Amino acid sequence: MSEALSIHRENAQSSRGSAALRWGGLIGGGAVAVLGLSKRSKAGAAIAATGGLLALLGTRAGARKKEYIARSSMLVNCSPSEAYQFWRKFENLPQFMRHLESVNIIDQNQSEWQAIGPLGKRIRWTAKIVRDKENEVIAWNSLPESDISVDGIVKFSPEAGNRGTVITAIIVYTPPAGAAGRALVKLLGKDPSFLMRQDLRRLKALIETGEIPTTDGQSHGPRSRLTAAARVIDPDQPVRDRSQIPQMMEMQRRVS
Amino acid sequence: MKAVCWMGKEKMSVENVPDPTILNPRDAIVKITSTCICGSDLHLYDGMMPTMEQGDIMGHEFMGEVVEVGGAIKPEKLKVGDRVVVPFTIACGRCFFCEQQLWSCCDNSNPNYWIAEKLMGYSPSGLFGYTHMMGGYAGGQAQYARVPFADVGPLKIPDGIPDDKVIFLSDIFPTGWMGAENCNIQPGDTVAIWGCGPVGQFSIRSAFLLGAERVIAIDRFDYRLRMAEQAGAEIINYEKVDNVVEVLKNMTGSIGPDACMDAVGMEAHYPGLMYALDRTKQILRLQPDRPGVLRECILACRKGGTVSVPGVYGGFIDKMPIGPYMNKGLTMKTGQTHMMRYMKPLMDRIERGEIDPSFVVSHRVPIDKAPEMYKIFRDKQDHCTKVVLDPWANGAAA
Repeated sequence: MSEALSIHRENAQSSRGSAALRWGGLIGGGAVAVLGLSKRSKAGAAIAATGGLLALLGTRAGARKKEYIARSSMLVNCSPSEAYQFWRKFENLPQFMRHLESVNIIDQNQSEWQAIGPLGKRIRWTAKIVRDKENEVIAWNSLPESDISVDGIVKFSPEAGNRGTVITAIIVYTPPAGAAGRALVKLLGKDPSFLMRQDLRRLKALIETGEIPTTDGQSHGPRSRLTAAARVIDPDQPVRDRSQIPQMMEMQRRVS
Repeated sequence: MKAVCWMGKEKMSVENVPDPTILNPRDAIVKITSTCICGSDLHLYDGMMPTMEQGDIMGHEFMGEVVEVGGAIKPEKLKVGDRVVVPFTIACGRCFFCEQQLWSCCDNSNPNYWIAEKLMGYSPSGLFGYTHMMGGYAGGQAQYARVPFADVGPLKIPDGIPDDKVIFLSDIFPTGWMGAENCNIQPGDTVAIWGCGPVGQFSIRSAFLLGAERVIAIDRFDYRLRMAEQAGAEIINYEKVDNVVEVLKNMTGSIGPDACMDAVGMEAHYPGLMYALDRTKQILRLQPDRPGVLRECILACRKGGTVSVPGVYGGFIDKMPIGPYMNKGLTMKTGQTHMMRYMKPLMDRIERGEIDPSFVVSHRVPIDKAPEMYKIFRDKQDHCTKVVLDPWANGAAA
């Protein structure tokens, strides 16, 4: 089993377990605390304190280092070799991975990645290819000196009936404590797999049609503040810089 | 340039906006010579479709002259100076769906795929001027439009054929045709068509061209029913009968029409308590669509028959007669029109003189009059069937 995949499976189990612990502690502890408070006595106060502690422990149970898994797959109308060749040139990735600013190739196996977190915070890591099987699979890990820990794998499998290639990508992010970690958590949002599917859909369009569909920059009439606000919180269009927000609000209202 | 912008429910306005530019290598810019208001635009006018934004440029039925092409467009496909009709669905021509000729299901033309995906499971193709869920592309009720994947959609039109004869290849003629084709017409068949608007009118004529023996047209406006009669249809004014399903039964020897077509869609009118209930739910945003015609189609259709739905729906409906649908063994066929399948063959029929689509035009006005024409068209005033806008005429002088 591949690296990212095995981590994903393991994590899927443990995150469910820790969620149960968290909610169990919180609800159970909370209930005991309420019971204690309702007694209005010394013993009651002790019960309440115990319950409160339980609830607190519950909230802490999930606070250890958490992994964020972005996983999706996409059927693309091309051969496994076309898809592999495109992805293997890591410098291509920022074309369809919207959060990436650049990938610079250091040598055959190593590359420097730079992502833009919310409000322009840069996150950097160096990735090393740990598995590379032509037209089938590429896996990479971040090196220890990186801002964050990244473990990625992408597989290319031909679909029956000449329907193309299924590209399956899994990237496991482990944000460290500190600013870079917080920026990463915000960047990934509530659903990292949503972002991955969006990225793969752009890759599909790029391979199949040679371009990514867009309406950015097209003409429109006067926009309202409501529309501008909707643009700022669009989950598919990360705001890259704090200075962009007033600009976006203004741009939406501009006519000609 | 001038463009008709959606500024809110029942608020259209002609604004001065920047001219469109090429954004992608397979784009083209078209200078528009004729553009129309479609019945489906009225759903936007009435604020029935989610994900419209103030300032959106309306319109998806337009034609004109290519004035600029992107770097990836081969000259044998399209070049500056070509006269083209632009289909309302945008298709890449390379994905699984385009290869299956399911052009309106193109996988690569909706930049906001995820919004439609959340509502429908998967997104259909991008459309011009038809909500952000469907791509948010600026539409063609303007002087210029940007056409993505311009080497796939636009149909070249030879000089010498007037705009009026070919403009409806952009939507309603192929849409009416596909509605009729979806009826699976066999020799001797009777087809009942709800809605005698422009799509219904083309469906009536297409059904005859496809070999239907009888077409029964249903509406409430006499001028539209007369137009249906002129094409050879029998007519029912549903406001003057008690029960359309009973009338259809009597007209067909109690067997029912072989195919029933809903050319009305989400804002249908129908008599009775059910209408009041559906309308109320729609106002309260409990149900985006008023499915009265769809229900009647299912009830009226003969056993083993076909229900064809070219009418536009947006979301979910209540009281779907699923029991009648299942027990009678009906088939339902629907979809946005797979435009590129039909444009060239229908162009050939126009050139052979089998049909002249310009019969449907009732109003020709400068683009500046678009806002009032939306109201006239919606309220069926002035015997309005189809409005063609001239983007370059001087509105003040008209």
